[in-house]
Amino acid sequence: MLQGNDGPVPASWMASDFDAYPQQGRSYVVDIPHRHKYRMGSCGIAGCINTDGSMISGSKIEKMITTMGERENGLGAGFVCYGLFPDYADEYCLQVLYESDQSRAGLEEYLSDRAYIIKDEKVKTVAVPTMKPPFPLVWRYFIRPKTNTESFWRKGLDEEDYMVHMVMQINQADNGAFCVSSGKNMAVFKGSGYAKEIAQFYDIGRYKGNMWLSHSRFPTNSPGWWAGSHPISILDWSICHNGEITSYGVNKKLVEMAGYKCSLLTDSEVITYLWDLLVRRHGLPIPAASFAMAPWYYKDIDRLDEQLRQLALQLRITYKEAFLNGPFSILVGRSEPNVTMIALADRKKLRPLVMGVSEDGNSVFAASEECAIKAVQKDAETWAPKAGNPVVVRLGEGIVRRGTEAPFQGVRL
Amino acid sequence: MASKKHNEVVIDVDERNELGHPLDYRELNEKIRGCISSGMEKVILKGVTGQRYIASAMDDPDVKIDIHGTPGNDLGAFLNGGTIEVFGNAQDVTGNTMNDGRIIVHGNSWDITGLAARGGTILIRGNSGYRVGIHMKEFNGSGPRLVIGGSVHDYLGEYMAGGTIAILGIGMEEDVSPVGLSVGTGMHGGRIFVRGAVEEHQLGTAAHVLPLTDEDWEELQSMIEEFEHAFGLKPSRCRDDYVKVGPLDSRPFRGHYDKTNI
Repeated sequence: MLQGNDGPVPASWMASDFDAYPQQGRSYVVDIPHRHKYRMGSCGIAGCINTDGSMISGSKIEKMITTMGERENGLGAGFVCYGLFPDYADEYCLQVLYESDQSRAGLEEYLSDRAYIIKDEKVKTVAVPTMKPPFPLVWRYFIRPKTNTESFWRKGLDEEDYMVHMVMQINQADNGAFCVSSGKNMAVFKGSGYAKEIAQFYDIGRYKGNMWLSHSRFPTNSPGWWAGSHPISILDWSICHNGEITSYGVNKKLVEMAGYKCSLLTDSEVITYLWDLLVRRHGLPIPAASFAMAPWYYKDIDRLDEQLRQLALQLRITYKEAFLNGPFSILVGRSEPNVTMIALADRKKLRPLVMGVSEDGNSVFAASEECAIKAVQKDAETWAPKAGNPVVVRLGEGIVRRGTEAPFQGVRL
Repeated sequence: MASKKHNEVVIDVDERNELGHPLDYRELNEKIRGCISSGMEKVILKGVTGQRYIASAMDDPDVKIDIHGTPGNDLGAFLNGGTIEVFGNAQDVTGNTMNDGRIIVHGNSWDITGLAARGGTILIRGNSGYRVGIHMKEFNGSGPRLVIGGSVHDYLGEYMAGGTIAILGIGMEEDVSPVGLSVGTGMHGGRIFVRGAVEEHQLGTAAHVLPLTDEDWEELQSMIEEFEHAFGLKPSRCRDDYVKVGPLDSRPFRGHYDKTNI
């Protein structure tokens, strides 16, 4: 059971000792696909947002992600929904995977020391016959951190950083609990299985939101397991990632120095923390943060106008440890200050990313493959964003960037 | 042609399995092969939803495959004959390592179109993406021909060893180049024709802007003609509008890997 204090992390949990990973030996770690049939694949990502504020059913995103069946191999899938809890929009929603009732009791004790639990409920799950048990117990908490306690003010953190700290502690500890999402007005539904199975497990069609992102996994360099599936989320950020971060070590160092703890056994985790660090904590505009993660070559930077050249150089120098080297295409979700979808591919476009918009302009889609967009919106006009160039779509504003603009366009210098 | 109407078959692909996946490409390709071996000359696919490797390794020169919907990656991989026509967009790696035959796309084809093609023709009405026509090669007078009606992004014709690419820049503004950066990096054969300018900084190592010879112009005209015929579009026929990019040398990296240097 997790202790009610904030002592140092025991040395035996340090990442250098693989055997000592807290997740090692967890019963719901899946190591072999239950119906294994080797097939060349790759991760699939899909997202959709209605910028006019109308709601999207979970079955729509389910159709998008399962359409790219060629890409997944049953080792993980997940969904994130934004605009999901309008009645509790001001509370942080923790969605937690538990190993047992005992681990739930432990975490609830930990939580009640640090936060007011406004409401908690069991998340509906269905034992899908084709999936490999045991299944985690999934619980949801709407909480408000207690900002009047000694534990809070001694840390000198603001409310959001305090939430990050709590989530890091929960996920680091050997407590049989994994907090998979912790943002306002959003929740993550993920696990180990095919996208269709995970959709059935959470009965995803019962949820409606303004924006959905989803992921189907083909793990290459990390185990397929429940908490390590995508989307990977902290606060209101969530990331679906297709690719490999070869600069993981350097990126991990940067986020760990900023207080984040990498505990999900996957390179994609650092991307989530980088977005939180660069945009929420450092206040970088989205195009600048994207440039830091997928920068231009120096020889290309030299062709920019002097002011932009200086900005680009400063970003490269200041955030050299935020540079994500390796192939990736990512979908990033956020609900603060408004529900936003960001789509970004690496600077050489080594992973696929296609965008689409419905004829009326209200529904915007992103996917690894065009077939996923056309499967739900036949009339969609599709386009491909450029390498390292973020697409930004926001509720109420529509398509803010198409990913084909000049770097820093729209950024106030 | 009307007499051959009975040699036509329609396959509706619109089905999903228990995991929500569209029809498996193996099953689809088996159906297509079955139709061809039973004498069908035209196979019309409807409701295609991302199935990969459609009509791969087909080698009957008289067969035509029409695709409605969105074909998946590696469309017509190892194609050795026949025609594939897509009434919409294609995805990545269209015509992977194709040897002969034709692929016509009435829309866009995304990244890596024509990867390592060794022969045949690919015509794309709209745009394509990154790494178009990389590793193309030619042999004994036969080589691939790739025509893109609109524009492409970076790494066009990277490591190209042979064949011809034409980027027609239809609908592009005069001062905007229809190609991206690193054009022809490491190329040591073949030629790339681009309508509009290719600046020095767009050229990759080993690629150079070269004069357009009469022979080049003749080849380019025949490619434009084929494009016009397929789509009814009218790209520029003015010779001065086009730039040729090619290698100066068939071994641009000669001396870079001198084993006596070690």
